[in-house]
Amino acid sequence: MPYLGGEETVRELRRALSNPNVQSDPLRYRNTILKVIRTMSQGVDVSGLFSEMVKACATVDVVQKKLVYVFLCSYATLNPELSLLVINTLRKDCQDPNPMVRSLALRNMTNLRLPSLVEYVEQPLTAGLRDRAACVRRVAVLGWAKLHNLHPSSEIDAAVVNELYSLLRDPDPVVMVNCLRALEEILKEEGGIAINKPITHHLLNRLKECDIWGQSEVLRVLQRYRPQSEDELFDILSLLDSFLVSPHPPVMAATLSLFLSISSNLPVISLAALERVSGPLLAACGSGSREMRFAAVCHIQLLLRSVPGLLGPHYKRFFCGYAEPAYIKERKMQVLVELVNDENVAMILDELKGYCTDVNTDTAQAAISAIGRIGRSYSDRCLQILTGLLGLKQDHITSAVVQTMRDLVWVCPQCSDTVCLALDGCEETLQDIQGRQALLWLLGVYGERISTAPYTLEVLIDRVRSEASLGIKMELLTATMRLFLCRPAETQDMLGRLLHYCIEEETDMCVRDQALLYYRLLHCGIEKTREVLQGRRSDPSLGVLIGRPAKPVSQWARCFNTLEPLSQGAVEAESDRSDSAMRCSDSSTNVLASSIAVDCAWIEECVRCPAVLHCSPQSLQAAMQLVNIQTLAFTPQQMLPWRVYLYTHTQLRVSEDGQEEEEGIKVILNQQPKDDDALRQFLTILITVLNTLGDTGQAQVY
Amino acid sequence: MISQVFILSSKGDHLIYKDFRGGAGNDIVSIFYEKVTALTGDQPPVVMNHKDIYFVHIRQGGLYWVATTTAGSSPFTITEFLNRLAALVKDYCGSLSEKSVQMNFALIYELLDEIVDYGYIQTTSSDVLKNFIQTEAVTSRPFSLFDLSNVGLFGAETQQSKVAPSSAATRPIQSSREQGGKSEIFVDVIERMTVVIGSNGLLMKADVEGEIRVKCYMPSCSEMRIGLNEEFSIGKSQLRGYGAAVRVDECSFHQAVRLDEFDSHRILRLCPSQGEQTVMQYQLSDDLPSALPFRLFPTIERDNGGRLLMYMKLRCDLPPKSLSQELSSPDQSAELKPQSRAVVWKIARFAGGTQLSALFKLEVPSLSSASMLEVGPVGLSFELPKITATGLQIRFLRLSPIQPGPSQRWVRYVTHSDSYTIRI
Repeated sequence: MPYLGGEETVRELRRALSNPNVQSDPLRYRNTILKVIRTMSQGVDVSGLFSEMVKACATVDVVQKKLVYVFLCSYATLNPELSLLVINTLRKDCQDPNPMVRSLALRNMTNLRLPSLVEYVEQPLTAGLRDRAACVRRVAVLGWAKLHNLHPSSEIDAAVVNELYSLLRDPDPVVMVNCLRALEEILKEEGGIAINKPITHHLLNRLKECDIWGQSEVLRVLQRYRPQSEDELFDILSLLDSFLVSPHPPVMAATLSLFLSISSNLPVISLAALERVSGPLLAACGSGSREMRFAAVCHIQLLLRSVPGLLGPHYKRFFCGYAEPAYIKERKMQVLVELVNDENVAMILDELKGYCTDVNTDTAQAAISAIGRIGRSYSDRCLQILTGLLGLKQDHITSAVVQTMRDLVWVCPQCSDTVCLALDGCEETLQDIQGRQALLWLLGVYGERISTAPYTLEVLIDRVRSEASLGIKMELLTATMRLFLCRPAETQDMLGRLLHYCIEEETDMCVRDQALLYYRLLHCGIEKTREVLQGRRSDPSLGVLIGRPAKPVSQWARCFNTLEPLSQGAVEAESDRSDSAMRCSDSSTNVLASSIAVDCAWIEECVRCPAVLHCSPQSLQAAMQLVNIQTLAFTPQQMLPWRVYLYTHTQLRVSEDGQEEEEGIKVILNQQPKDDDALRQFLTILITVLNTLGDTGQAQVY
Repeated sequence: MISQVFILSSKGDHLIYKDFRGGAGNDIVSIFYEKVTALTGDQPPVVMNHKDIYFVHIRQGGLYWVATTTAGSSPFTITEFLNRLAALVKDYCGSLSEKSVQMNFALIYELLDEIVDYGYIQTTSSDVLKNFIQTEAVTSRPFSLFDLSNVGLFGAETQQSKVAPSSAATRPIQSSREQGGKSEIFVDVIERMTVVIGSNGLLMKADVEGEIRVKCYMPSCSEMRIGLNEEFSIGKSQLRGYGAAVRVDECSFHQAVRLDEFDSHRILRLCPSQGEQTVMQYQLSDDLPSALPFRLFPTIERDNGGRLLMYMKLRCDLPPKSLSQELSSPDQSAELKPQSRAVVWKIARFAGGTQLSALFKLEVPSLSSASMLEVGPVGLSFELPKITATGLQIRFLRLSPIQPGPSQRWVRYVTHSDSYTIRI
């Protein structure tokens, strides 16, 4: 926040600094300098005082020196010429008998960030590497890294690099760690410091001497090391075991990262490490610092991707605290959803129910959608809670419940009866766009079972003129069309009015086009319309796979202990991915109309592969996972036509639906955004998998 | 690796700004603050990014402590560093507030300079740092005669001197140098309770997270021995002694603690460094040895006039002797907070073994039977002095060799509510 009257202050400070009376009184001099720094950290530009401050640098008072250096380092780049004047004082200080003064001078000399000063700095830095005091060596080592980054292109003397390598054996652990850091920066072009067997073992043996910061740094660098034999690998792992359960989260996380990277070929080891680390991670979840808690919960979400049942017994640790911030609550709820099993489902639902009425609307909505996700496995209990919530008649709660029900009904069509009964009267409370859209979708699809559907739609159609949202208008059109198909007598009149309005008066192109499209579709006859609008519904016989399949550790090991899991959206996308795939295949029912469907690519392909029918769903799922295709759902084996819904996500979204017939498989691909090449590639992969599977399947049969 | 560190007040004033790596724009602080203020609610996410600069921040003492870094750095390291920085600033300045940071900015710059070099954390140990830090802390409170009131005449043990003044532990560690070598050591046992009680009155979850914290003002460090209850046991199977067992599920120690006498006599040995450090952390789930401190008996009704009646009966189940007797009529207050839709009932003091009740009548427009479901939960926040929920006690505290000159040792127990929720 720049203060008013900055110039005035600067002028006053200059007068004070150049006043001989002030200069002769050490205490007053220091206080004036303090004032300068204070003004500086408040954001006022005091660079004009540079030459006065340079003079203040020559003093025996260490505190004053430190203050002046803070100033100089901030403004040196603006005054390269004047900075030359400081260098003499600094070089003289480098010879001081007091190691603290030496290290201070050396550090600030390199912090000035002036390429023109490099020639004066090199000599003291070289001397600094051989200084008696460890604190000087620490500074000198990092000084070389700073120097290198001033001139990234210029080669640093090979002798210096060698000296840095030899300083890895320095008795002071901080010097050792600083050497690692400096070499990593200097040798960045060559991929960092060369991690060979002797260096690795040297570092590992000295790990205990370092403090937690040093330990995490060393462990991070060692991730590049690949042990030469299995014996060596196990030696390293057993050496590191005590660090894995360290009470300090940074060390624990860095050790786990190292474990995962060096034992990437041994999944058993990785899984054992995950189990071992769950204790300290849980402890971090209860840490006094809420930011630490958050980091721990986010990383637990990663772990759960590979070992879904890992923390099942500890689900209570993820109950939200009363005063916890919303961002922690949201993540904790996501974890709770993952941990649901037959024993704890009642407790977890009871707890989540309590959050649904939270004062923070985001938390409340997150809790409702968490209940919806649990509803995929335990639909009855969840629907009971959700319908209960509708009774509260709060707009944000109702909206979230209706959206959740829409998503749930698609996955579990058997819930539709309860949902249809519950929807009565919701339209009065709903305010926001998403909620009303969800309600319209449900009214359209289940219109024949909701007695009041036409009246609800009629009210909306009468008000369509004042409707601002594009999405609602489109959804309204589709819903009315669908309702017309099942209840023509009640709907015909209002559909006519709606189409008339949309075609004649509506100004938005999308809505008009869609209305025109429906209008022409109706001209083609009612059967054709039915085919397009009710083309596909979710299949009640679909058995949803309970729980997400465990993913290999390698999929997330790379981003463990980075900021990625903490960033917003990372996990949301993950958990919503299957939803959007569903939605995608759903909106393809009104392919011609929906804007999503416009850039959807479709391919139908027949593959001859009779053997697939004989192999079990589990092996199919396993085979698909090898090539990163997820199985969403499939019908029981004896059903004809037998169907399986697959889904993959690379840079694109593909949802696939294979229909098994007598002689072969019909594959329907649905992709978004459109990319023909990728689609073709996907198809080839799929066919290969199916064929391989067919072969092995036959082998198993005979 | 840390590129910049800055401290902002809650209003966005720049208090401290230090650029370790250079090359960052001057407006980085304002970018951060804009991001914070642009969000609704008062709880911005811990990690935010602007292009490829990542901001990690923590909130302590009402301030934003922010570090900027790259996407690949460890969130645990950065968060722990910021926490440690805040703890060090608290140690050196005495307390953590906008005012104390503003007054001690020179000291904080000096600290930052020693802790981090070129974005790499060098050391955060107060033992190392005390050799480098030269600036004296400035405390906001001038020395007052009032502080002397609890010093006994000619060093006599008066009643008052048995109780440490509440401000005793909030002074800068370095000021002990010139205050006549008043060497004190505080050992605090701090426990945080997380409790959920279901609407049927059954205990659904009870967690205790505890720590033993040592705050040392001794200029020279000597060995300290802390004796815990003999019956202290870790894990489920082990049971020791014949007395009431004091049990925790998990327990971890500071790396400087030597445990050679722990197994046999439950003694921790360490050489405390100046300032505050956590010596031991422990955790207990579900299986509390004593009854819960508070029980609530709520009745929620609607009266004929459409008002919501909430009748709350709160009972404190602590043993009566644990608090002094003068608390028969505690002063209470209640307030309705419209924006958080809560009624806040404040009870200044609450004696063990007593019961308080309150009747709240609320005018709620369009009150329906369904909206009764919306009432609750009740959250309790409290502080119980001289009590630990796990029963952990410090048997003795010995310093060896015996300190020359006057030295004082204080042991304090306190249990906080982390989250004490009662569903209705």
